Amino acid sequence: MYDAWKILVGLAIFVALFTAAFWMNAGKAAPVPEPKIDTPEIKKMAKAERKCVEDKHFMRTTHMQLINHWRDQALRDGNRDYINKDGKKYYISLQNTCMKCHSNKKDFCDKCHDYTGVSPYCWDCHIAPKEEPKRNEL
Amino acid sequence: MDVKVSLGVSLGAVLAIVLVALVGAQVSSLQLVFGILVPYAAFVIFILGFIYRVVDWGRSPVPFRIPTTCGQQKTLPWIKRNKLECPSNTLEVIGRMILEVFAFRSLFKHTKAEMASGNIIYGGSKWLWLGALAFHYSFLIIAVRHLRLFVEPVPAFVNVLDLVDGMLQIGAPTLYITDILLIGAVSYLFVRRVIVPKMRYISLANDYFPLFLILGIGISGVLMRFFIRVDIVSVKELTVGLASLHPVLPEGIGAIFFVHVALVSTLFAYFPFSKLMHAGGVFLSPGRNLANTNRAKMHVNPWNYPVKLHTYEEYENDFREKMKNAGIPVERE
Repeated sequence: MYDAWKILVGLAIFVALFTAAFWMNAGKAAPVPEPKIDTPEIKKMAKAERKCVEDKHFMRTTHMQLINHWRDQALRDGNRDYINKDGKKYYISLQNTCMKCHSNKKDFCDKCHDYTGVSPYCWDCHIAPKEEPKRNEL
Repeated sequence: MDVKVSLGVSLGAVLAIVLVALVGAQVSSLQLVFGILVPYAAFVIFILGFIYRVVDWGRSPVPFRIPTTCGQQKTLPWIKRNKLECPSNTLEVIGRMILEVFAFRSLFKHTKAEMASGNIIYGGSKWLWLGALAFHYSFLIIAVRHLRLFVEPVPAFVNVLDLVDGMLQIGAPTLYITDILLIGAVSYLFVRRVIVPKMRYISLANDYFPLFLILGIGISGVLMRFFIRVDIVSVKELTVGLASLHPVLPEGIGAIFFVHVALVSTLFAYFPFSKLMHAGGVFLSPGRNLANTNRAKMHVNPWNYPVKLHTYEEYENDFREKMKNAGIPVERE
């Protein structure tokens, strides 16, 4: 090979860049986040009533679009009524509806958001719930 | 090849991949194939194929320097020279290569020929350069952004890139600027090939196929993010599993994810054997990466071997008697 060392250095850089994800993980399996749904407000409810505004799959995949839609509907149209797929009516409010049950932002919202590198701007306007800081964060 | 055939073949190939992935996503045993085996295989083909192509080029001798020059060569000290267009040493070559690789300088010099009042005139045409720049940088940012799904914990620079890319804060999840740029730029590069008659004439199926493939990747990605939502936590479980060599196959990931992955895997596996290898080739272009020192330095052909000489003196020694007998004059008696 001509100019072998130059080509080998170039190839080494290429391989290092494209396998960067493997090195950063160092072969360790990452734990899957488990958002906690054991807040006092949820525990108070009977087992059968423990339901979010929509079904679990919809909430897991599409909650951000629902919340965004809620924001527009409540603040721009002044309409705070939401009828879900089962015909049940909910009051549109992040603070008073969502966070009433899911009062554990750190153990609920942040779990998956940190895992997938998502930083929603909810808390630019809303006040994040006060939570006891975890021991390892002090 | 006829343009309709080229377009049909390349579009048909991309649609076939989409269809196969859609079918594969319905069967759990095939999900294993399309979610784990195919991506790994494609990645290995990409890395090994890329190395093979580069080494193959590295083994090709370039006995004489053939830089493309379009500027004044280094000569007498009072003649103004062009260091980038006619580099005379490694440093100037590096300057030329940096501008080529990061700013696509040779596309910037792209001109367009037009007939005006009976004369052919050449004018600057920056659209190709702009489209190529928008496409390549968007693709780079999108690729780096995807590290959020392959690395745990997510590196800080990926989060920053994500925030900057989504800074318009349109909708939720936020619209990425690079998504718009990528799809817009690839569409432009495609339309340009089809609409401009000269481009259409020289375009083949292997020009259209990568464009359709990348457009398909972009569209399936945008659909997955904004319209046909999938559970991103399960997706990361799979992707980070791939990148940590602990592959897992979570249940309930939507079919659109498998379409996206199948298209990306195709791109990876196809890359080393296609025109897309210009990514590696730009570094190994003798027209770009050699200093114009043809006359300033001695260049010896690398496969020159010591030539076996037989001088006239030796010849005369061999045949002196015979030459004398035949009356041929000799230099030494």
